[in-house]
Amino acid sequence: MSPGVVVDHLVVSRRAHPILHGVSLRVAPGELVGLLGPSGSGKSTLMRTLVGVQAFQSGRVLVDDLPVGSPALRDRIGYVAQSPASYRDLTVEENVRYFAAMLGVEARDASRVIDVVDLNAHRHDLVSSLSGGEINRVSLAVALLGAPRLLVLDEPTVGLDPVLRERLWTVFGHLRDQGLAVVVSSHVMDEAARCDRLVLLREGRVIFEGGPDLLLTTTNSSTYDNAFVALVRSAP
Amino acid sequence: MTRRRTLITAQRILTQLKHDPRTIGLVLAVPAGLVGLLAWSLLHRPGQFNALGPRLLGVFPLTVMFLVTSVTTLRERTSGTLERLLTLPVAKGDIIGGYAVAFSLVAMVQSALVALLSYTVFGLHHVGIPWRSSLVALLSGLLGTAFGLALSALATSEFQAVQFMPAFILPQLLLSGLFVPLGDLPLGLRQVADVLPMSAAIRALQPNETVSGALLQSAVMLGYIGAALCVGALTLRRRQP
Repeated sequence: MSPGVVVDHLVVSRRAHPILHGVSLRVAPGELVGLLGPSGSGKSTLMRTLVGVQAFQSGRVLVDDLPVGSPALRDRIGYVAQSPASYRDLTVEENVRYFAAMLGVEARDASRVIDVVDLNAHRHDLVSSLSGGEINRVSLAVALLGAPRLLVLDEPTVGLDPVLRERLWTVFGHLRDQGLAVVVSSHVMDEAARCDRLVLLREGRVIFEGGPDLLLTTTNSSTYDNAFVALVRSAP
Repeated sequence: MTRRRTLITAQRILTQLKHDPRTIGLVLAVPAGLVGLLAWSLLHRPGQFNALGPRLLGVFPLTVMFLVTSVTTLRERTSGTLERLLTLPVAKGDIIGGYAVAFSLVAMVQSALVALLSYTVFGLHHVGIPWRSSLVALLSGLLGTAFGLALSALATSEFQAVQFMPAFILPQLLLSGLFVPLGDLPLGLRQVADVLPMSAAIRALQPNETVSGALLQSAVMLGYIGAALCVGALTLRRRQP
């Protein structure tokens, strides 16, 4: 058995429009991988494939040696989608408790994850009354419920202030240290430094894979923004 | 499918409604208000109200519950919550069943209120069968819920979902026998009218319908409800193309 994520030659097309062109990827347990790339590069499609909600044309996608979409994986993957998947007409606590009950975990776990994402002060507020960043944190709380082995987080820090971003990246680091495989997408290049490994996508193809330091040295850049621009310009 | 997850989902939907008292008011008050309006407008023709009133008990719950369910379910489909739920160890039946249970309870309260007001305040004197009206009104609300669940898959916006009301409900109303007796319809239309779900509801509520005839029509409605719920479950896809 090979735990973690295995993606081999993944091809995804939507309405005959190619999105991913033979992407391959490995994420080991205890590894935090950053998925970076401009809008439309295929990050969200790759993440949706990892959680089993996106059909694909060819290739192999396994999580803990099981094909994605397998029923056995449904309580092992925590997922934050790009759209905030929460009920606007329920309170924060009602949302998280509902998903906890559907996942089959205890109600007290709902309190734990609300605390982790720092929403205690808003637990009795309707989601419709929250800011965009706070709504994203409700989705993140739901993703942390139970004991996931893989976390797939699609731009979880978008719209958050720097203090909270710092706090959440610390949480991601702790989860990685506990042995979870964590895949985080971001378009904030400075967040690249917090990842163990980076995968840069452009137009559905991997144009770089390696550690943050290697990205800087390969491109002879001093900032991640410059490194990414240099890579995109040099890509065929 | 587990009973526990179905009931938790039903509870969640009812909690959502609880936070929206205006919708609760509309769902409960509009059908009762419409029957009251009809009773008032036919104040000097009580015989006509007694002929029409019971049959409307089969129309209003279907219409209101169809609208409420199709918009609510569409919101679930488009907000990302449905996709998120389907990544969890949840059966499609848990979700569909949760909606059916939650809105059945709402339909039950709605139909009980309409029947109660019709018989006690609006002066309806239907020949000795309020239980039949209540049962058919409840089944009619369930029909609306089941068809709302299934047809919401065809809409991509709440505007479209609302447009399904005139597209799906009004033709059934026109062919239900309320405006033109079924026997007077042209042959092709008569055959269509005979198999429409709303026709079964209205037939079951006709004053001259026998008890066994009303039960048969109720069974037809149950068949439609079951079929629409199955179609609704088929429209929930875990994996998008």
